[in-house]
Amino acid sequence: MTARVEFWQGNTACAEGALAAGCSFFGGYPITPSTEIAEHMAAKLPKKGGVFIQMEDELASIASIIGASWTGARAMTATSGPGFSLMMENIGYAAMTETPCVVVNVQRGGPSTGQPTMSAQGDMMQVRFGSHGDYAIIALCPATVQEMYELTVKAFNLADKYRVPVFLMADETVGHMREKIIIPDKVERVERKPLVPGTLPFKATDPDLVPGFPQFGTGHHVHVTGLTHDERGYPCATSPKVHGALVQRLVDKIENARDDMADYDIINPDAEQVFVAYGAPVRTVQQVMHDKNDTTVGFLRIRIVWPFPEKALAHFKNARRFLVPEMNLGQIAREIERHVRVPVRSISKLGGELHTPAELIAALEAGQ
Amino acid sequence: MSYEDWFREDRLPHIYCAGCGNGTIINCTLAAIDQMGWKKEETVFVSGIGCSSRAPGYILTDSLHTTHGRALAFATGVKLANPDLNVVVFTGDGDLAAIGGNHFIHACRRNIDLTVVCMNNQIYGMTGGQGSPTTPRGRLSSTTPYGAAETPFDLCELATAAGANYVARWTSYHVRELEKAVKVGLVTPGFSFIEALVQCPTAFGRRNKFRQVIDHVEYLKVHSLLKAKRDRMLENHEQIPEDMYVVGELTRRDRPAMGVKR
Repeated sequence: MTARVEFWQGNTACAEGALAAGCSFFGGYPITPSTEIAEHMAAKLPKKGGVFIQMEDELASIASIIGASWTGARAMTATSGPGFSLMMENIGYAAMTETPCVVVNVQRGGPSTGQPTMSAQGDMMQVRFGSHGDYAIIALCPATVQEMYELTVKAFNLADKYRVPVFLMADETVGHMREKIIIPDKVERVERKPLVPGTLPFKATDPDLVPGFPQFGTGHHVHVTGLTHDERGYPCATSPKVHGALVQRLVDKIENARDDMADYDIINPDAEQVFVAYGAPVRTVQQVMHDKNDTTVGFLRIRIVWPFPEKALAHFKNARRFLVPEMNLGQIAREIERHVRVPVRSISKLGGELHTPAELIAALEAGQ
Repeated sequence: MSYEDWFREDRLPHIYCAGCGNGTIINCTLAAIDQMGWKKEETVFVSGIGCSSRAPGYILTDSLHTTHGRALAFATGVKLANPDLNVVVFTGDGDLAAIGGNHFIHACRRNIDLTVVCMNNQIYGMTGGQGSPTTPRGRLSSTTPYGAAETPFDLCELATAAGANYVARWTSYHVRELEKAVKVGLVTPGFSFIEALVQCPTAFGRRNKFRQVIDHVEYLKVHSLLKAKRDRMLENHEQIPEDMYVVGELTRRDRPAMGVKR
């Protein structure tokens, strides 16, 4: 068999990527502009022996995938802003209980019901910090239909490797655009590390700080709770020591691995002005790079935004300015400001339309 | 009794107050499970938040202690992803009927093959005694200091109307009946709902003139009305007193179910 070529919508590519990755459980709730993912899974999953269920709301959707994950299933849900807000409660639960799962957010204009059919990147801080308490997650941002497929596969592998909820932070543009996609024969699969019998279910003995997974139904008799728990998994909610060690480990297992999992492209590392982009704005930057063909303009294209790949910025040693086009009011631009000593210019665009090349060129020329 | 093997001894002592009715309900449930001959490794307990929801933490199986109200949504995922697992849900009146009300009616509607045991103490015990959706009219709680003004839910009628295959109600007084009801629930394919009215001396009894634990248990006993007797009264056009709880097997049917063992 050889790789095949298709002309797909981004949301279809996401669903197909999930199926290729072995996703066997999808719990969802209809919401524009992500609904095509649920519809595609509803059609395809039962034929593959998997389970599709339309839950009563997004609170239940994410609860169902966490439950399914504990039986060993690769489980996913897909939503957009309003549903994503409802999921925050159990995203914290998944982080606290170290439950692997994949949540797709095809971002639309917010706050509130906002712009259901228009594109945005307004949930980039919510995905990192939206649930209460300290924790860490992984968030991937596709810019092409091809990446909707590939990053969905990658999301499942990262979720299982690090036992953490992983987010595919797409946007309406990428979710609904149609373009050429090359489907590989097979995809890489990283399995969950099983719990070694006789060891404690929430004790991390390996350097990656990720404990083995005690799958339900395999005789581990594991107790899973969202309460602060000790290494046996038992509630221990008043010990400052236990709480501190647990939360610190949950954050460290992701933050310590930021260089290992970093996924970005660097163009013209000697440039003086550098675009940084993720998601749909990548496409406009690519057009500008193509049209200008100027080695004094650099480009950092980020696919894994959280944990933020701060070392990527250091490759641009001559940079005197970073330009960050985003479909929000500068959420990741502020993150970049934390890591560099030169000015960061946020090129915000609200309303749901992509930046035009002219807008980016104007920003570039304003700095020359 | 052998079902004592189902407890995690290393979790003792438990958090329940002296005189709490929840232990009775947990015992009845485990006794029924033990009679089923289920193995620990094929049984999963799921719960939400509240006193009742702490029960899975004391039982030696895989257990999922989840977020407030969401136990049934988590349990739906567990059961549909692996129908070979026996899934039992412990919940309470606040968890199930207030914050989890939507998940409750939809789990009943889907008729997912779960057995749900609701310890209804008619109050929020863990947070110190606030009114719940099942607090009877006039009863005192910290948020109904002048007496509860709202009409409470009848959880069993809710489950029946929403589509559950098996619905029964007993109290912490009726241990044999409750044990049998849970067992029928475990055997019945589809959604089985067993409501157990329980005394809560700390949060409910203290405010509502039940000086002794046994006074409240006695109240539950005296205010239980067997379904058969209720049906006869209805036939005779007699008035059913508002403060009576209809107990017994209230619904048993064979509607299409989801997640039944293959």
